[in-house]
Amino acid sequence: MAAETKLFGKLKTSEQEHEDPKEQLMFDPRPREELNRMVMEMMTTTTRKFWLWAIGLGAGVVVLLFGAWGYMISTGMWVTGLRRPIYWGVFIVTFVFWIGISHAGTFVSAILRVFKSEFRRPFTRAAELMTTFGLAAGALYPLIHLGRVWVFYFMVPYPNARWLWPNFRSPLVWDLLAITTYLLSSTIYLYLPLVPDLAMARDRTTGIRHTAYKILALGWRGTEAEWFRLKKAIQIFAFAIIPVMFSVHTIVSWDFAVSQVAGWHSTIFGPYFIIGAILSGVSAVVTILYVLRSSLKHMDYFLRPEHFDALGKLILVFSMSWAYFFFNDYLLGWYGGEAAVRQILTVHATGPAAWVWYTMLICNIVIPWLTLWNRKIRRTPWLMFIITLLINVGMYMERYTIIPLTLGHQRTPFDWGVYTPQPIEISIVLGTFCLFTFLYLIMSRLIPLVPVWEVQEGQVAHSLRKVGKAEVPSVTELD
Amino acid sequence: MAEVSKGIAEKWGLVVDQDRCTGCNACVVACSMENNVPFTGEDNVAFGRGTYWIYNKRMWEGTYPEVAPAFQPVMCQQCGSAPCEPVCPTFAAVHSEEEQINLQIYNRCIGTRYCANNCPYHARQFNFEDPNIPEPMNSYLNPDVTVRRRGVMEKCTFCVQRIVAGRQTASAEDRPLRDGEVTPACVAACPSDALVFGDLSDPNSRVSQMAQNERQYKLMDELGTRPKVTYLKGGGRNGG
Repeated sequence: MAAETKLFGKLKTSEQEHEDPKEQLMFDPRPREELNRMVMEMMTTTTRKFWLWAIGLGAGVVVLLFGAWGYMISTGMWVTGLRRPIYWGVFIVTFVFWIGISHAGTFVSAILRVFKSEFRRPFTRAAELMTTFGLAAGALYPLIHLGRVWVFYFMVPYPNARWLWPNFRSPLVWDLLAITTYLLSSTIYLYLPLVPDLAMARDRTTGIRHTAYKILALGWRGTEAEWFRLKKAIQIFAFAIIPVMFSVHTIVSWDFAVSQVAGWHSTIFGPYFIIGAILSGVSAVVTILYVLRSSLKHMDYFLRPEHFDALGKLILVFSMSWAYFFFNDYLLGWYGGEAAVRQILTVHATGPAAWVWYTMLICNIVIPWLTLWNRKIRRTPWLMFIITLLINVGMYMERYTIIPLTLGHQRTPFDWGVYTPQPIEISIVLGTFCLFTFLYLIMSRLIPLVPVWEVQEGQVAHSLRKVGKAEVPSVTELD
Repeated sequence: MAEVSKGIAEKWGLVVDQDRCTGCNACVVACSMENNVPFTGEDNVAFGRGTYWIYNKRMWEGTYPEVAPAFQPVMCQQCGSAPCEPVCPTFAAVHSEEEQINLQIYNRCIGTRYCANNCPYHARQFNFEDPNIPEPMNSYLNPDVTVRRRGVMEKCTFCVQRIVAGRQTASAEDRPLRDGEVTPACVAACPSDALVFGDLSDPNSRVSQMAQNERQYKLMDELGTRPKVTYLKGGGRNGG
């Protein structure tokens, strides 16, 4: 009995050691003016390294993306590795990948806001920006992969001289509508909490920047009524955008699930894709947060091990859910017993491209399960950076398995085929990665990447609440 | 846009007698000439980009040394409930109400290639390049059929231009279409009479009679695509 108490007592002290109040952003407040100054400095400091990166990535966008795409448009789709029967390759793989990435920005921001998780405060904007630019990069692919991109507007529903309406039974039209909706709503959702920060920047800049912020801040003065309305609007949007977010990736999964292709025709694809998207997206948030933390001035004050810790827990949970759906998908396919599906499952695990399948399993299951249970690892940013990068490699492999590897082994063995991405395709894929990073890099110097008013609100107005054994800061009383 | 019945008489169908097929590929050549199917060249064919509206699957039956080749000519099955149609965002893959077949409208096609993925028969072909037809060769082109540019899908149409021409001739002479009057290029070229084409809605037509044969089966009937091509295959090595 005595030993037990001692043990518990010891545990408690070690836990208390970890929870040094100063480690948490909420318990380490700084004066308002200083926070503003830090965010402004973060935004206006440009080093030589920054310009080198910006020029390099800009050149990457021009050459790798637009150059290669232009070449493909002018010569035809034969430059890709597509061939019968594999008509969708890395373009669609990367499309699903980017849409998945764009998912978590909203997930982290909106769901954590709705559930009042206070740790979200310093990085909601970084996550929302990831959504917008991930969508911008991903939304290019439905255009890139078209055989005749110059008539892409045939898909858009508007009264036209052709007297033709798009086919609303086609999942590709659903895609178009869902992605456009998501892009618009996530951009508004990014913009709303930005307004007070833009006003803050407006008051601290001169010249052209001042004019730009003045226009964008919509004459924000910070009165009680303005705050009230802004908070209402954010609250409404946070709730409204969650179903949009779920619908987008479900619809992306329906591109596959409603088809007749063996291995795609699966009712579980909707939730399976959503979980996969959140897993890859939350991982991408961590990857980006690490890069921001190590490259932006003062960012290490705002982003702390506690944030990596909390996101690491989320990733572990989603890795487990993903594993559940993954095996569920395989189990049903196997139990259903359709010869073609069984053949596909066997080929994934034993075929010539089995390394893709094993990379996926190692990166998505083995690595997070072996590492993320550990508090020390979760609190080491550079380790989290590597782990989350690997998870996204795994998620890319997942989409690669689902798309070209499944298409290559359909019902008739005579028509089996192998797909190898060609240089032009790889160049375009790398080009969109450049585009995403370039946009993010430029934007990091144009808008405050930390929602400084939200951080201040959290630091000033929180009270301590007991959740289980732990005491967490909470701002519930405000709302 | 599955099959609609508005009291339309015609329902074109094809019977492929695998036991008669010799695998000579005359149908493939005839189809290419009739429908301006581009020759993509040796390298592209080897890479898997040869364009064929009909192609002959060569398989082996039996175990060594008792092996025999088995042939299965495959073309668009003109499904009554076609998987390619609902997935097309621009109605480029549509069902023709009059002929009850599945057609591709080339100038509506934007090249998403979704239809090709969703076709379980792999009957759809994508134009990866513009057709390369050198000077004297362009005179072989059939003026009744569009030459497709790159970026669009194409596939077997049951030689719809021949169906229309046959119907027009019959209507000019004020008589119904006779059985066997309309023949697609592949059927006309088949030396062993393995391909039979006709109107399935007429129970007395040759194709309807043959489709009742006990050797009949449909390709992947379990998918519920309701194909209009019937295959005949007997059990034994030399046909049932």
